[in-house]
Amino acid sequence: MNLQIFWFCLIAVLWGGYFVLEGFDFGVGMLLPFVPRDESERNAMFESIGPVWDGNEVWLVTAGGATFAAFPAWYGTMFSGFYLAFLLILFLLIVRVVSFEWRQKSDDPRWRRVWMWANAGGSAGIALIWGIGLSNLLYGVPINSDGDYAGTFWDLFSGYTILGGIAFVLVFAFHGASYLTLRTTGDLCRRAETAARRLAIPAVVVGAGYLIWTVAAAVDRNDKDVFPPVLPAAIAIAAFAAAALLAFAGRSAIAFTLSAVGTLSLVATLFTSLYPRVMVSSPDFANSLTVSGAASAHYTLKVMSVVALIFVPLILLYQSWTYYVFRARVTGEEVQSPAEVLARPPSGSPAS
Amino acid sequence: MSPLASTAVDIARVQFATTTLYHFLFVPITLGLGPLVAVMQTLWHRTGDEAWLRLTRFFGTLFLINFAIGVATGLVQEFEFGMNWSVYSKFVGNVFGAPLAIEGLAAFFLESTFLGLWIFGWNRLSPRVHLATLWTAVVGTWLSAYFILVANSWMQHPVGYKIVNGEAQLTSVWALMSNGFALRAFVHTILAGLIFGSIIMLGICCWHFLRRHEVELFLRAAKVALIVAVPVTLLQLVVGNRFGAAVTSAQSMKIAASEAQWNTCEPCGFSLFQIGGFTKEDETPRFSITVPRLLSYMATGSFDGQVQGLNQLQQQEQRQFGRGNYMPYVEVIYWSMRVMAYMGMLMFLVAVLGAWLFWKRKLETARWFAWTAMVAISFPFIAASSGWILTEMGRQPWIVQGLLLTSKANSPNVSTTWLGISLGVFVALYLVLGIVDFVLMRRYARPDRPLPREELPAPVVIY
Repeated sequence: MNLQIFWFCLIAVLWGGYFVLEGFDFGVGMLLPFVPRDESERNAMFESIGPVWDGNEVWLVTAGGATFAAFPAWYGTMFSGFYLAFLLILFLLIVRVVSFEWRQKSDDPRWRRVWMWANAGGSAGIALIWGIGLSNLLYGVPINSDGDYAGTFWDLFSGYTILGGIAFVLVFAFHGASYLTLRTTGDLCRRAETAARRLAIPAVVVGAGYLIWTVAAAVDRNDKDVFPPVLPAAIAIAAFAAAALLAFAGRSAIAFTLSAVGTLSLVATLFTSLYPRVMVSSPDFANSLTVSGAASAHYTLKVMSVVALIFVPLILLYQSWTYYVFRARVTGEEVQSPAEVLARPPSGSPAS
Repeated sequence: MSPLASTAVDIARVQFATTTLYHFLFVPITLGLGPLVAVMQTLWHRTGDEAWLRLTRFFGTLFLINFAIGVATGLVQEFEFGMNWSVYSKFVGNVFGAPLAIEGLAAFFLESTFLGLWIFGWNRLSPRVHLATLWTAVVGTWLSAYFILVANSWMQHPVGYKIVNGEAQLTSVWALMSNGFALRAFVHTILAGLIFGSIIMLGICCWHFLRRHEVELFLRAAKVALIVAVPVTLLQLVVGNRFGAAVTSAQSMKIAASEAQWNTCEPCGFSLFQIGGFTKEDETPRFSITVPRLLSYMATGSFDGQVQGLNQLQQQEQRQFGRGNYMPYVEVIYWSMRVMAYMGMLMFLVAVLGAWLFWKRKLETARWFAWTAMVAISFPFIAASSGWILTEMGRQPWIVQGLLLTSKANSPNVSTTWLGISLGVFVALYLVLGIVDFVLMRRYARPDRPLPREELPAPVVIY
């Protein structure tokens, strides 16, 4: 396979990994104001993603780094073009990182409420902006003949891209609720099941609408045929629909797996619709950035392919092991802020 | 250059300098405190002595608080290349992007995942595996330092590339990875990290001595800190000096500027301190203290070596690259080099004094030294920031030495307004982060907080 296509696919995989994994982190975050009844349940929700969210976020860091190395022109145009959007994402990501650590630092309910909302708002905001941002790659933004973004911040908003943002939020919220049903116990688990059921229909409807519009946009704005984008889109819709049905049937494990499959297929739909371009230009379609035009030279791609083929399987292996280690359901009795875990005695021993 | 930046390039530079210097306040703590905590946990594992476990948890907490901020601010760095420097990104992506992507694949995943396992794995992993997770995370942080320094060193001393259609393309990944400049920078940075870790640890121990709090316990930590600090601060003086020689061959202008050496000399004296002599109009200092022949030795390894002057290098670069000013901001470079070097020597003195007092069994009672060691906590921060100012401002006007000018590398479509807004956002956010980090560090390091006496976390099955 052509290395440029290999790297285009690998970047899709990195984004897919990011949204499947951090997707449920975002979902758990968004549900924080709604699902738990008391502080111990909120603790349990934080605890359910505490050990893994940081490793999940590295998928984004690596997707960014891989784009820089494999498609410098794409990286340069997208990051400088979507300036304010990326600034907002950075801001929210930092606030969210901090909320994990600092919420635990005081027992004052107001302090805790602030950081709970920071995590919730950050999670929803980041999902929304990623949905809008990535949809714009396909829907098209003004690009000049030098390959630079020539629009404004407001050019990023259209019916399609906003729908993309909302779809990301709803899909991740549903994904996160399914995750919670697997990781929590008792009342909290039951309320997470209820949340998953309530979110199932909106997530499927909006998600399906977005996927169909994506295929239409591929045909309409990116000169594609209905096939192949329709294939991953159909898989995604089927997976989300099945996940929703299984959520109603109380089969959480399969529901979660299927919402992960749906999220992956959603990313696949977007990238399949994009190919052979990486950023569609509109109205000047000729200025679109293409896979071959934006790619690094063969040698760089070859070196990086060797590195990726060694490390990606290793990463999958040890990240899976992490999920295995932390497979037990959480109860909210353990402290979950990293510094607190160390500063206080481990659970099971008397607190001093 | 005016301190009130007005053009897009200026604001983008101020922003990069601010976010990078800030990021690098936390990174070296991670690089240095990580292995020290791992050593203490290893000692606990080997001896079963509860004191080591308590120290592991105490310093591990401080390590984690900084790690979180290092991660958050590191993400800003990665995005910033594309957001503010898109021309640069497109020019260097083939070469510079590779170590960045490899850093993600080989290092970031490792450190984040295994640190998560270490933090939350106390009761879920066997003690041996749990210890291994920390060492793995430490390896991850060191690897990460290596790859990012490979990327930075390529900007200082480009190797293994060719220019095709106005873009740098990689021709040899081995040349890139074994760039002598990068290897030296890596050793220099790791030593700096260990200095951060050991000097901070020593200072905190002394704070506890001052309050007579858990003296026995913190004497052990102080011993570990001193065993590391004495050789490492000494080694850093040697390595820093040899690194200077490497810079001389790759970036003569940087060295000439760091010495305010206007004209070529042979042999050259080292200026310890001077007033004036920093601009073209005022080449001769009004006052200076100079050690004869020392600069020749430091820059070339020989007491008779020749060091080229700023004027000669300027003429040479004009012939090579066309008209323009190829000199960095001499006064800033001169002083950043000295602040770094003098801080390095001071830290060596503090470490030696501490070791001597420890040997005389007076470390825990010498109040004057306790105060000194606490003040010395600030020294590594000052030294490292000066070092990066020297490295990055010393390369100006180039963003990639000899290949691309900083003034031509920023994003053409990002206006000064957006740059100003993003600078404001980062400064405000970082101020808040900095204050809270300081408050947290202080809270978890302070002597009046009772250290938990704990039961050994034998691997308990909780569920």
